[in-house]
Amino acid sequence: MVKAITNTNDFVVKFANVNGSGSASANELFARAILRMGVPVSPRNIFPSNIQGLPTWYEVRVNEKGYLGRRGGVDLMVAMNPQTWAQDLRELEPGGYLFFDSSKPLPKSRFRDDVNVIGVPLTEICNSTYTDVRQRQLFKNIIYVGALAALLEMDIPEIEKLFGEQYKGKEKLLGANVKALKLGYDYAKEHLQCPLGIRVQRANNVRDKIFIEGNNAAALGCVYGGATVCAWYPITPSSSLAEAFIRHCQKLRVDPVSGKNRFGIIQAEDELASIGMVVGAGWNGARAFTATSGPGISLMTEFIGLAYFAEIPATIINVQRGGPATGMPTRTQQADITACAYAGHGDSKHVLLFPEDPKECFEMSAQSLDLADRLQTPVFVMTDLDIGMNQRLCDPLKWDDKYQMDRGKVMDYDALEGGKDFGRYLDADGDGIPFRTYPGTHPTKGAYFTRGTTKDRYARYSEEGPVYVDNMQRLLKKFETAKRLVPAAIGRPAKQPTKLGVLYFGSTAPAMNEALDAFDVQGINVDAMRVRGFPFGEEVIEFLEDHEQVFVVEQNRDGQLRSLIMNEAATDGSKLIPILHYDGTPITARFIIGEIAEKVAILKVTPIRKVAN
Amino acid sequence: MTYITKPKLHHPSLVKNQVGYTRRDYEGAISTLCAGCGHDSITAAIVSACFELDIEPHKVAKLSGIGCSSKTPTYFLGNSHGFNTVHGRMPSVLTGANLANRELIYMGVSGDGDSASIGIGQFAHSMRRGVNMVYIVENNGVYGLTKGQFSATADKGSKSKRGAVNTDDCIDLVMMALQLGATFVARSFSGDKAQLVPIIKAAILHRGAAFLDVISPCVAFNNHEGSTKSYDFVRDHNDAVNRIDFIEPRAEITTDYAAGSLQEVRQHDGKVLRLRKLSEDYDPTDRIGAMNYLLQRQAAGEVVTGVLYLDQDSQDLHGSLNTVGKSFNRLTEAELIPGSAALEKINATLR
Repeated sequence: MVKAITNTNDFVVKFANVNGSGSASANELFARAILRMGVPVSPRNIFPSNIQGLPTWYEVRVNEKGYLGRRGGVDLMVAMNPQTWAQDLRELEPGGYLFFDSSKPLPKSRFRDDVNVIGVPLTEICNSTYTDVRQRQLFKNIIYVGALAALLEMDIPEIEKLFGEQYKGKEKLLGANVKALKLGYDYAKEHLQCPLGIRVQRANNVRDKIFIEGNNAAALGCVYGGATVCAWYPITPSSSLAEAFIRHCQKLRVDPVSGKNRFGIIQAEDELASIGMVVGAGWNGARAFTATSGPGISLMTEFIGLAYFAEIPATIINVQRGGPATGMPTRTQQADITACAYAGHGDSKHVLLFPEDPKECFEMSAQSLDLADRLQTPVFVMTDLDIGMNQRLCDPLKWDDKYQMDRGKVMDYDALEGGKDFGRYLDADGDGIPFRTYPGTHPTKGAYFTRGTTKDRYARYSEEGPVYVDNMQRLLKKFETAKRLVPAAIGRPAKQPTKLGVLYFGSTAPAMNEALDAFDVQGINVDAMRVRGFPFGEEVIEFLEDHEQVFVVEQNRDGQLRSLIMNEAATDGSKLIPILHYDGTPITARFIIGEIAEKVAILKVTPIRKVAN
Repeated sequence: MTYITKPKLHHPSLVKNQVGYTRRDYEGAISTLCAGCGHDSITAAIVSACFELDIEPHKVAKLSGIGCSSKTPTYFLGNSHGFNTVHGRMPSVLTGANLANRELIYMGVSGDGDSASIGIGQFAHSMRRGVNMVYIVENNGVYGLTKGQFSATADKGSKSKRGAVNTDDCIDLVMMALQLGATFVARSFSGDKAQLVPIIKAAILHRGAAFLDVISPCVAFNNHEGSTKSYDFVRDHNDAVNRIDFIEPRAEITTDYAAGSLQEVRQHDGKVLRLRKLSEDYDPTDRIGAMNYLLQRQAAGEVVTGVLYLDQDSQDLHGSLNTVGKSFNRLTEAELIPGSAALEKINATLR
């Protein structure tokens, strides 16, 4: 008798499909149906850099507690792709379930002894029901959702409701989909033992949460942050961000009277041009952004240096993927930290924001536009493929209607006319941030020449050493000011006082939260802090000072955040222990727990609690 | 890149234009280019054109890339905002600037090194997008600041000052602009102010991408025998197809060239450009005809100048993007931010 995993509301289902077979919408339907039952899910697309024919996977973690990080391992494999059969089978946990199309008999040697096999003759059902080839393929996906619903005890009415929303006004499609769903459901009920050991039970843990991709949320953030210019060049995994911005603007930014657009979006010829346009628009007083990924950052670096030195606002949303070079275009990493923090030749450094989920993608994208204007410099929103291209459950997006754009220090006509001293690079307030003027403000005052060459406080060209140093020092002072303006890091103290700390950022958050809960249970005391911005604020420095050993968890090979901390927070590297996950898959709690638990053991750290006893 | 401020004092009897400025108000710092540089003549022509068109100087934004030509915005319109960007990237910065504020006049100044080599991509794409601007290439066929290397517009077979012969074919930016959809294409010669100033004026008044290739001899490195961008060569081989006679309703242009028949080109906004034909068969509203003519004359070793093409129904980028009339940089929270109620509705669709 094969062991069978039994778990309610806590398991991983993975769909193995062929790219372009129409499986994506059926798989999403499956995930949404579970959400509608009040059980949190966290799906991830695992796809190749390809259009049609290659393998693609959709992994859904069902977790009542709301852990949204990737878990690792698979409990139920929906093996719809013969090409990856062997690989998919290997991934199953012992006692897991293999769901497959049993239309053609397969030899016993193709299976594993320790997994439970569930065959549904999907092709046979399709062929006997549909004559149209495309229908046979598309409805096969819905039929397996129907069968899974029976096997996992999912609510059929919830799925029907989702169909109803999706096919509003298209009753013919609605009926056809419901029919396909029932075909699968009825087959399973009649021929298979339902439910399985793993199943979904209605809960109340989704509440008012929303299910949204980070790229979509970031695009909305740009709408709410008042961006009017978007210049971009298609690159995975950022393209859907610009495309979402287009869609949102078409709905939210068209003048209702004239029908004219309060936005200008340009798909540029390359990343050089897209950042150039953003810089031009920022120079001229419009809020502008671009969305790109690692290779795009490399191309934009010249302009980023110019924007830093000429002090022009620019927002760059970097949806990171696996590098270096073309790297892993459809896999996730946090490996552009160094490239972005120090983009440009000469001495330059930049403001970075690290969102943890779509909600923060929304908030930080909006905030980045304020920061760029306030600090007159490029600001990077460092999201990644894992957040950007997957739907993630998060708190609903919120907006304060009292919000006013912070346009920063802009000298207007009246100020100039009133005789206020205008020096484009003059530190008038002691915070390192000078005033600027928009072109066309005043007939005789406030015009200046913007350049990438060195200049004095009044924007006059100068190569004199003291003048150059004066300007470079002011830029440093401005960076100091930025420390107080970027989002502060958020701490989570351990249950007991400890000299061990862990720093993490961005998309590592869900896996880290889960790992920290596990540490609490295991009695491993580690104070945690989630870094949300660079330059690092006081709270990060204090955290580093307060701990003897600090784990730095990140998704790159070289420990880039760790290097940044050593560089910018003057911290001794020997106290910073790198925990690195960089194979292109999202980091898991299992990985973090394993690594940290092992290192804690090596460090022979005696919990303070025991000492106290 | 040093510069010298010009004294602002001037004689009280200097003539003022309709917006109350003297010609001096359109000048910038004193040029630091070589004496006799063609670029300084173009600078003077821009000053004249803006003065004569009664443009308020601060309503012009001047952008450039890197190179001798790109230094020139310092030497005109001293009360305008300028932006010396990076090499070959003026077009993208100008495009973004133009999106941000459609109410200004955009003057993009570039050179053959800046536009025909590193910047050829951005040049091409700004043309096909129809960015509303005057794009002037001060074309001398040579890299001046780095002391005399051939540029991509140097003719095949032409000789460098050191005697090297250029073996690469040349890039003709005028032909490219025509092919790429520029709606105003002209070529002129820095040594022919009478032709150049009206062309710049017409380009400023044009809505859309106006491209001007101005042959501008480099006295230091490309004004010798064997060069096809020297003063002598261009004077000897200049095939001017037309002269602008009149731009209605603006200024009358008084010229002193030979008579020819008149052609009136009416533009979208009612402006009329009256051209005096020097080449009877040449029709500047015929893009394909213009390209044919240019290829033929080029094969004969001639440099064709004048208004080479003009699209009467031109459209610009803002038209293609259907943008609002109010400049983006003046839009307010109420006009840009949908608010919390709209966001609640969006949240509701995501559950």
